[in-house]
Amino acid sequence: MNEVDRIWKIVVNYWPKFLEGLGVTLEMTLIAVVIGFIIGVILAIARVYGNKLFHGVATAIIEIIRGTPLLVQLFILYYGLPPLGMNLSPFAAAIIGFAINSGCYQAEYLRGSIQSISGNQMKAARSLGMTKWQAILQIIMPQAFRRVIPAWTNEFIYLLKYTSLAYIVGAPELMAQAKFIASRNFQFFEVYLVVAVIYLVVVLFFTKIFSILEKKVEIPGLEWVR
Amino acid sequence: MSKERVVLRVENLKKAFGDKEVLKGVSFDMKEGETKVIIGPSGTGKSTLLSCINMLVTPDSGQIWLEEEEVTSAKNINKIRQEIGFVFQDFGLFNHLTALKNVMVGLTKVKKIEKDFAKEIAMKELTRVGLEREANMYPAQLSGGQKQRVGIARALAMSPKIILFDEPTSALDPELIGEVLSVMKNLAESGMTMLVVTHEMGFARTVSDEIIFMEHGHIVEQSSPEEMFKNPKNPRTKEFLFKLSELYGSE
Repeated sequence: MNEVDRIWKIVVNYWPKFLEGLGVTLEMTLIAVVIGFIIGVILAIARVYGNKLFHGVATAIIEIIRGTPLLVQLFILYYGLPPLGMNLSPFAAAIIGFAINSGCYQAEYLRGSIQSISGNQMKAARSLGMTKWQAILQIIMPQAFRRVIPAWTNEFIYLLKYTSLAYIVGAPELMAQAKFIASRNFQFFEVYLVVAVIYLVVVLFFTKIFSILEKKVEIPGLEWVR
Repeated sequence: MSKERVVLRVENLKKAFGDKEVLKGVSFDMKEGETKVIIGPSGTGKSTLLSCINMLVTPDSGQIWLEEEEVTSAKNINKIRQEIGFVFQDFGLFNHLTALKNVMVGLTKVKKIEKDFAKEIAMKELTRVGLEREANMYPAQLSGGQKQRVGIARALAMSPKIILFDEPTSALDPELIGEVLSVMKNLAESGMTMLVVTHEMGFARTVSDEIIFMEHGHIVEQSSPEEMFKNPKNPRTKEFLFKLSELYGSE
């Protein structure tokens, strides 16, 4: 039996397992990225426009999360909280960990994007009588969101791949399924190769989606910015 | 139109950035329908003065009155800013909105005017500046002169009591300056109260009711254009105007 046949057999025999794992991976990624996005928007606005207190708190959260390994954060959530009376399922612990972690990175991308928007936009908005919040929501953020899409795509891809860490705390995602399959048939190379291809295909799919989105919301006349 | 009612009064306005005193006690007033032009060398506080009037920059001391309301102690500055139009040197158009939406956004979001009516007003103002056909274009698709005309339409749509122009043609190519100046000229003739910081001496001479010459944070001289150009009192004014006429030729 040659290599291709072996890989094919694994796909045929275990596709429901791979699919199940992929489902969990996608579910974790999408939930975490959405919650992370909300966290990111709040932290970015607090950092750029907040008073000393909000700026300080947001900065501290971001520095702590960025300065510590994601795996350590997951361990704290999963193994560290139960003694304090908080029992999280592996799935919940992973999502919370990923959402907070991704939120901090998204906040930094968004902050850069907000700060790249010329000060004259805020000034012009205020000169019309807009409040600071109206100016942020109506004028600054719609432009910042457009500019952040390329960086944000990157963050999404990272997150999708980093969800593989969740197997360590026992969430039944793609990597966990792969480990399970490989431990049965000992065909490590073949199994992980299949997993790698699955990740790659999914990443390429989302990259395409976001690049379509980027084009769709592009501001006419500013195409060169891309 | 009554030329007596005072729309804007500025009294002893002072502003410093760190150690640098930019405005050292500036006072003047504007009557309804008047057009005044502020001239003077760069870095003498002309733009800062304009930004102080609608409190985009907070003055250190002095008072500003818009009709009966004191701007400098206003509780709701956003309300007052609706009544003071501002036209920026770099246009300040919202890049993600079409020309039409740029003009509408203040009406719908700030004045809470219903969308169809806001659109009607916006189209009227765009037509007034000759841009009805460009209504659905984005700022990046417009020429500099067109952008600035959208900026003027946006200010006009709010039906302000006064419009402040901060070097409205300084960022434009020479061949585009004319279209903006002619819109401003029509505006002045229609009775809009306008305070204009500019280096366009032709505009100052032919359109303004009064020219204010500023230097080093002071008003050095203010008088009618005829007086200012023919018979400047202050030697600094003379020198400045002479330099300009050397540069651009005097006609």
